[in-house]
Amino acid sequence: MNKRYVIYFSIFIALVLEVLPMPLNVVMYRPDWLLLVLVYWNVALPQRVNLGLAFTCGIILDILLGNSLGVSSLALVVVIYVSSLHYQRLRNYSIWQQMGVLALLTALFNLVIFWLQHWLTNVYFQFNYFWPIVTTVFLWPWLFWLLRKIRRQMELK
Amino acid sequence: MKPIFNRGPTLESRLLIVVVLSLGLLISDGLYGVFKPVRSLLITIVSPVQYIASLPAVMLDASSDRIISQEQLIAENDKLVQQLVALQADNQRYQSLLAENEQLRKLLGAPLQNDLPKTVAELMAVDNNPYSLQVLINQGSLNGVFNAQPVIDDQGVVGQIVDVAQTTARVLLVSDLSHAIPVRILRNNLRLIANGSGELNLLNIKHVSHSADIAEGDILVTSGLGNVFPEGYPVAVVSQIKRDEGRPFALVKAIPLARLDRLRYLLLLGKEEIPLTPLIPTESAINTGELYE
Repeated sequence: MNKRYVIYFSIFIALVLEVLPMPLNVVMYRPDWLLLVLVYWNVALPQRVNLGLAFTCGIILDILLGNSLGVSSLALVVVIYVSSLHYQRLRNYSIWQQMGVLALLTALFNLVIFWLQHWLTNVYFQFNYFWPIVTTVFLWPWLFWLLRKIRRQMELK
Repeated sequence: MKPIFNRGPTLESRLLIVVVLSLGLLISDGLYGVFKPVRSLLITIVSPVQYIASLPAVMLDASSDRIISQEQLIAENDKLVQQLVALQADNQRYQSLLAENEQLRKLLGAPLQNDLPKTVAELMAVDNNPYSLQVLINQGSLNGVFNAQPVIDDQGVVGQIVDVAQTTARVLLVSDLSHAIPVRILRNNLRLIANGSGELNLLNIKHVSHSADIAEGDILVTSGLGNVFPEGYPVAVVSQIKRDEGRPFALVKAIPLARLDRLRYLLLLGKEEIPLTPLIPTESAINTGELYE
């Protein structure tokens, strides 16, 4: 049961990818790595990765990005709540259906963040804020495949 | 073994707990800034992630430094020597002008401006946060960086320090939506305030009356009011003026002079012990006559 470090390690990698320096013209397409990894583990092992962990990861992401505390954590918690309501359904979906659900979840995530930022600092609506939805959805099949392989190899339960 | 029934609190009660916690944090930190004092500690805790994230760029830089060709180095050296000669020629005039300026200021009884200590910092990361324009630098409280310290590059004002950790610090750029900087027009000393726009290369100048003497191409320099930025550093150049009489004020936009999209080396001005000299002499200083030596 001590293989749980694999989950934490993958979350750590996701956090690194969230702050990895990128050229300015591609930085707005950066996918929501943390959301992808958390949703995968939540669907695969809902008793291991749940709202508490999502909240903690959200706080760390807020500190890393210089947001006011609670912005990403609230958005992540909402998304993980929805996915843990439907994890059994999500497991049985085909990859295309999963991508559709992921699109909705990522859109929800980005919208919650936008609303909170609008409330806190009066940012204006820009379509650039929502590019991550597209990239995140197209990344899901590859990440799903990779993480499932890791999970099966390590026999994580 | 996988439990058949969920143990512990139900999903809904957990959701309630974490949502209340998040909202509490949002209100206390976002609206009242309760966590500002412990921010530096929190950033120090998560800084390993930042260091690992900046590793690829550091290694790429190191390897490109190694495989640079001799011709490139010679060409660069030539260019730098030429620049140095030009700057030294300027510097000769600067020295005499400085002395003259000091004499004139003494005659006027105005306070002398002393040189500010400078620290060089290197860019570590640009934030992946479309909502706030901030960058991370590799100097922290151990190097004497302090909150609200002004930051410039070789062209103009970049911004100011907002969060200091032990070995890193966060710079809020002048074009961030929440940033404003007091400026004056170099040509006629008209005082204005330049607000960030949220777009990297755009500042909004607010509250400019329709009759104000301002033209496209005017250079805005810091006015020194507000005692955050020292006086006289270039900030932006006016790029667009719309005088629509239907509005209460003219719509003025400016482009920052600092190259905010390609920052690499930054200069931090001042030290915490030496506060920036206020432009207007204080009453006590006038009474004791220490300005008229």
